[in-house]
Amino acid sequence: MAMFWVFVLAVSILFYVLLDGFDLGVGILFGFTLNERRRREMLAAVAPLWDGNETWLIVAGVVLWGAFPVVYATLFSAFYLPLLVMLAGLILRGVAFEFRYKTERLRWIWDLSFAGGSFVAAFIQGLMVGALVEGLPISNGQYAGGEFGWLSPFSLLCGVGLCLGYTLLGACWLVRKCVDEVRDAAYRLIPPLSISLLVFLIAVFAYALVENLRIMSRWLERPYLFVFPTIGIVAAIVLAVSVRHRRDGLPYYMVVLIFVAAFGTLAISFWPYMIPFTITIEDAAAPHSSLAFMFWGEGLFVFPLLLVYTAVSYTVFRGKVRPASVDY
Amino acid sequence: MDATALLLSRLQFAFTISFHIIFPSFTIGLAAWLTILEALRLATGRPAYRVVFEFWLRIFGVAFGLGVVSGIVMAFQFGTNWDVLARKTGPIQGVLLSYETFTAFFLEASFFGILLFGRPRVPPWFYLFSTAMVALGTTLSAFWIMVNNSWMQAPTGYAIENGEYVPADWPKIIFSPVLWVRFPHMLLASYVTGAFCVAATGAWYLLRGKFHAEARIMLRMGLLLGAVLIPVQLFFGHLTGDYVHDYQPAKFAAIEARWHDEQPASEVLIAVPDPASETNLYAVSIPVLGSLIGSMSFDSKEVGLTDFPPSDRPPMIIPFFAFRIMVGCGLVMLLLAWVGSYLSVKGSLEENRLLLWAIFLSFPLPFIAILTGWFTAEVGRQPWTVYGVLRTADSVTPFLTARAATISLIVFCAVYAFVFAFGVFYIYRLLRAGPVVSLARPPVAAVPNRPMSVVDEPITVNSLRSGLGE
Repeated sequence: MAMFWVFVLAVSILFYVLLDGFDLGVGILFGFTLNERRRREMLAAVAPLWDGNETWLIVAGVVLWGAFPVVYATLFSAFYLPLLVMLAGLILRGVAFEFRYKTERLRWIWDLSFAGGSFVAAFIQGLMVGALVEGLPISNGQYAGGEFGWLSPFSLLCGVGLCLGYTLLGACWLVRKCVDEVRDAAYRLIPPLSISLLVFLIAVFAYALVENLRIMSRWLERPYLFVFPTIGIVAAIVLAVSVRHRRDGLPYYMVVLIFVAAFGTLAISFWPYMIPFTITIEDAAAPHSSLAFMFWGEGLFVFPLLLVYTAVSYTVFRGKVRPASVDY
Repeated sequence: MDATALLLSRLQFAFTISFHIIFPSFTIGLAAWLTILEALRLATGRPAYRVVFEFWLRIFGVAFGLGVVSGIVMAFQFGTNWDVLARKTGPIQGVLLSYETFTAFFLEASFFGILLFGRPRVPPWFYLFSTAMVALGTTLSAFWIMVNNSWMQAPTGYAIENGEYVPADWPKIIFSPVLWVRFPHMLLASYVTGAFCVAATGAWYLLRGKFHAEARIMLRMGLLLGAVLIPVQLFFGHLTGDYVHDYQPAKFAAIEARWHDEQPASEVLIAVPDPASETNLYAVSIPVLGSLIGSMSFDSKEVGLTDFPPSDRPPMIIPFFAFRIMVGCGLVMLLLAWVGSYLSVKGSLEENRLLLWAIFLSFPLPFIAILTGWFTAEVGRQPWTVYGVLRTADSVTPFLTARAATISLIVFCAVYAFVFAFGVFYIYRLLRAGPVVSLARPPVAAVPNRPMSVVDEPITVNSLRSGLGE
């Protein structure tokens, strides 16, 4: 039963990263153009979908609380200040979609909060993953790191890394959804972003080696884990080819594969820990009566419907955003 | 545990949840009302119902969006500030709230898209069905929240194992007797809120001499719903009081400003409770009525707050005044709804500008009543989070510092004030503009996940043309 909920949790987080990842990335890219026309096209490419994407975060949050209360409580209280900043960022960028069209004079406020909020949310998410990989100071099942226990050069580096990753995802989404100027600009961004991401990954690897992070030793114990990085490398090669041949549809899927590879790598290096290396899945799982009650209702019936619903939304909004539809 | 951090966390929770509850309580009622409107339009074919429907749908969109945005914070806050509570009660509360997310979100999101953009694509009966499903979604959300809160007020169906609250009997947890009075009480409060906002808007237009046909529908339906629902609400309010009397005697004593045991007990109508001397100043009270209200008898003994050790007592001032403000708002609304409905049946309501003004200005009353009702319930539950079992002071994140809690409180206040100000201003602009355009919006692509977007399509000649299929 606990394994079922680990699966649901993993799927929810992965969906969140892949889906909200691109719209946060588009939000970051939004900050780098001042052209109102392009901005509208960029917004139109994510506007109908961002809200549903963000819902996966809430799904992940409540599943974590119901099925793994110890992890929920430990992580959320440990990341007190980062979560606060992330929530503020998500709220401000969420309302910006609507509020920027209500005003001309004050539009800059909402544009700033959209780009800034997207950046901050992405950065914090990366930072938290980094802090988890490095290992949170925990004693007696309680976080013991103080207000800034999550802050380290490594976690900051991971914050930057996820921003790069999301931006890359966002650029590929724009390639997929837009035409002309916006698409061409996005195409130009993919190579430098991919290279920066590669440099980041090498830096993380080097840092992990130098610091002798405990997570590294697990890699040497389980060489089959290298299947995930291999998938990532293959996807990166296909990405380069598809960008060269201007195949609009492909790059997004390739970056999705890279993210899946990274997610799988992380997940398997954590296994069976939920908070490395202190709390395992078994330690954290709620009593059977809780997990079973969740399973027979929301797990068995509603969760598949959520997946179907997501698929339907994306089918309805398939295809390119026509510039004409975002005219003044 | 840091006492300042505890106080700040409580303030933060009170602030964020009070801010949040305003929007759902409005949208639950509004969704139900939209369903009635759509059903009436299908039954009678009157176009004015359609105009009113389209108009309120836009306002529903904005309020719904603000509710969603402020709700995200709630999903995180239990973990950030209330680590121990989340850890111990997660197997129950986390599960209940996950059911809320799964069931309510799914219904709302799926069918709301159809409400906004599906009119030209689905048959009329299915459109009505979608409206009802959105209403069901908001109701389910309220249901799970009330299940969860009722469990915190009167915990049942659990066992404690290794300091963790393990669910032992789910039907008992979910369908506790307390729920069946508190859930209708909350639901009716939302319906009355919707009814009064609608009636107040109608009165406003009539006062300004605008949108006569639509305003009349809003005013009449709003008042009539209020006139029928408020008495029922008072009845459920009384039942809610009964459960408090039986399950939470300390809270009941605080609400009644009863410091010492009395037999037969008097009812304090108004007073200034003085915690220092444990007496009431300037009290106006009616003998025997307290026993009658508490136990339906003329000579029952009613317990006073001093029966409980000081560490188990809730503060008296807030529940006492909040309760009276809530009841006061309810009675004023009842009066307005009855007099208004009576005059409206007689046909002289629209000439009575004084009453129209009173109805127009009454729109904050349901919100005040809901907030003060919750203040009574939640402050009265103190010093416990899970009543009688887990203390608030033991629920807070033990290592939370006053500094971190101060920062978060300030950030939430600032962000919410900012977003709230714009959102409310925006709703005001929509209300002021009124149901100007009664034609169908252009059948653009469906946007199921973007509730607030419906309102920012400017109504232009072009969009009207495409709406007419030209």
